[in-house]
Amino acid sequence: MSGRRILVTGVSRQLGGRLAAMLEADPSVEKVIGVDTVPPQGDLGRIEFVRADIRNPLIAKVIATSEVDTVVHMSVVATPLTVGGRSAMKEINVIGTMQLLAACQKSASVRKLVVKSTTAVYGSSPKDPALFTEDMEPRAIPRSGYAKDSVEVEGYVRGFGRRRPDVVLSLLRFTNFIGPTVDTPLTRYFALPVVPTVLGFDPRLQFIHEDDGLEVLRLATMTDRPGIVNVGGDGVLLLSQAIRRAGHVPFPILSPLVQSVGQVLRRAGMVDFSPEQMRFLQHGRVADTTKLRERFGFTPRYSTLEAFDHFIAARTLNTVLTPERIAGIEDAVLDTLERRRTVHA
Amino acid sequence: MPEARIIPIDRRGDAAAPTRAARRTPTAVEPAPEEVVDVAPPADWERKIASALAFLRRRLTGDYPIDDFGFDPDFADNVLMAAVRPLFEKYFRVEARGLEHVPATGGALLVANHSGTVPLDAIGAALPLLDQHPAHRHLRMLGADLVFSLPVVAPLARKAGHTLACNADAERLLTAGELVGVWPEGFKGVGKPFSERYKLQRFGRGGFVSAALRTGVPIIPCSIVGAEEIYPMIGNIKPLARLLGLPYVPITPTFPLLGPLGLLPLPSKWLIEYGEPIETAHLGSAAADDPMLVFNLTDQVRETIQQTLYKLLMQRRSVFF
Repeated sequence: MSGRRILVTGVSRQLGGRLAAMLEADPSVEKVIGVDTVPPQGDLGRIEFVRADIRNPLIAKVIATSEVDTVVHMSVVATPLTVGGRSAMKEINVIGTMQLLAACQKSASVRKLVVKSTTAVYGSSPKDPALFTEDMEPRAIPRSGYAKDSVEVEGYVRGFGRRRPDVVLSLLRFTNFIGPTVDTPLTRYFALPVVPTVLGFDPRLQFIHEDDGLEVLRLATMTDRPGIVNVGGDGVLLLSQAIRRAGHVPFPILSPLVQSVGQVLRRAGMVDFSPEQMRFLQHGRVADTTKLRERFGFTPRYSTLEAFDHFIAARTLNTVLTPERIAGIEDAVLDTLERRRTVHA
Repeated sequence: MPEARIIPIDRRGDAAAPTRAARRTPTAVEPAPEEVVDVAPPADWERKIASALAFLRRRLTGDYPIDDFGFDPDFADNVLMAAVRPLFEKYFRVEARGLEHVPATGGALLVANHSGTVPLDAIGAALPLLDQHPAHRHLRMLGADLVFSLPVVAPLARKAGHTLACNADAERLLTAGELVGVWPEGFKGVGKPFSERYKLQRFGRGGFVSAALRTGVPIIPCSIVGAEEIYPMIGNIKPLARLLGLPYVPITPTFPLLGPLGLLPLPSKWLIEYGEPIETAHLGSAAADDPMLVFNLTDQVRETIQQTLYKLLMQRRSVFF
C-alpha cells in the first residue's frame, strides 16, 4: 500500500506551512499538497504547492488527480486586511469551504477531513456559562466577521459529515494561538506598550501554545480522532493579568468609544480587530478542554499561563514595568525599614 | 523567576538567612553575620507594610493564580472582603447561627432568601462562612446575567468567585467540591415592596434542586433576617427602569429624596441562620429528571426557610437592635 496523500489548504500562512512541513517529515506520508491563493513565504521543501483558489472548481481536479486521502482545511481567515476586505474574506471562508467540501464529497479517495475551527463560534456575551463544552450552543450567536464565517463553515462541514458518514471528520475548535512565532491580531495587541482595554471589564482569556496546536492538528491528520473538540491550554488568564505579565500598561477606554479606537488602530495597521473581537475583550470566553484530554487523547504541554509567558519571553516587547524593577522598589523600601531598626538597636 | 521569591517578614532567630538580594542572585556575597544579629524584630506595622508591598508587587506583575471561573482569592480576601467587613460586622452587626451545619469540605448548595433592594444580603451570608467557619469557606454565588453585563461589577463578581446562575456552572462548581450559594427568588425577592417583607417569592423553576440532585450534594437552607430593612422599597419608577434596562428603580424613604445620602442603608440588626442540610445523595442523580420530586424538594426548602424566618423574627427584639 502506498503512503498517505494529504492536501493542506492555507499553506502559505505560518501555521499551515509548519503543519505541512511536519506532515512531510513523516515517513508514512507519500505526498503533501499545499494549496493557497498566494505563494508561500518560505521554502516549502518537498511539499507540492498548488496556487489555487479554493473558491473555484480547480480544487476538485487537484484532489482527483492526486488521489488525496486526507484533507486538512485551515484556510479560514480571521483578518480582512490580509485578503483585501471583508467581502473577499467572506468569500474565501464560506464559498471556499463550500467548494472544497463539494470536491471532497465527489472524491472517492478522500477518507478523512480535518477542519481547523475556532471557539469564537461560541460567541461572547455576559450570558455565557463560565466554560463552554462542545455540545453547548452560543448564548449570543456571532453576527459578524470571523466568528460568523466560522459558524457557517461549521454548518457546511456538519452537512458534509451527514452526506459522507464514511469520511472520518475532525472538527477542531481552537482557542487563541499564542507562542514565540505566532503573528495574530491578538499577539500584536499584546505588543502595544499601552494596551487599550474596555473600562470596567476584565475578560478571562484562554490560549493554546502554537506547538500544542500544531501537534493536535498533526494527530488528527495522522490518526483517526473523529468528533468536535475544543483545543486550549489549561487554566485562564485575566486580560489585566496578561497585560501586567507582559510588563505593559492597560489603558481603559469607555465602552462607547471602543469601536472608534479600534478603527483607528485598524487604520494605522497596528491591530486588525473586528467588532466581535471587541466584544471578546469585554466578556472573554473559556472552553472546557476535558474532551481534548480524555477522548481525543492529548494533554497540552503548555497551560494558558505558560503559553503566554513563553510568548512574552520570546519577544522583546517594549516593557514599561519589569518584575525586577518592581521587586527592586519593594526591596528598597524593606531595606530602609530594616536599616532604621538596626540603628535603633 | 518571581514565583521563587520569598518575602521575609519575620526573621527573628534566623540570623544565618541570606539577605533579600542574595536570595534572588545566588552569586551575591554573604553578609557579615553581626550585621544581621543587630537587627531588631520588625514591628507589627512594618510587617503589615511588608505584606502590603508583597501584595502590590503580585498585582503589578500579574503574579497570582485564578481558577477557570476567574476567582482570584488573593484579591477577594485581601481587598474585596476586607473592604466590606466593617459594614457587616460593625454596622449591620451580623450574627451567624448554625455554622456547624455547613460541611468543612466538599460540595454543598446554600439556598437563601433574597431581599433589601440592593443584594447586600448575599455578601452578608458569605462573610461569616469565610471568617467564622472553621474551614474558612468561600461562598461561590450564582448571580443574574445583569451582574455580568455591568461594567466594574462584572469583573469584581468574577474575581470574587461568582458566576452566572446556570445549571452548567452550578454543577461544575459543585462537582469540584465548592460551596455554592443561590438566591432562587432572584429580582422578585430583592426588588419586592417593603410591605411584602419576609414573604418568600416564587422559587424559580427549581433549577437549583436539580443541580444538587445531579451532583448529590446537600442543600443548606439559609435564612437572613435584617436585610429587608436596609433600603425599604416603597415605590418603583417603572418607566425609568424600562429605559435603563434594569429590573426596577427603587424609591425608599430616603432615596432619591436625600440624593446620595439616601444610598446609606439603614443600620438594621442582621441574623443569619444556616439550617440543617437536606441530603440529596441517597436520591441518585436520576432523580433530577423527576419533576414531581424536584417540585416537592423545592417546596421543602422554601418552607424551611420561611418557617425559620418567622422564628428569627419572633426572636428579634427590634429592627435595629
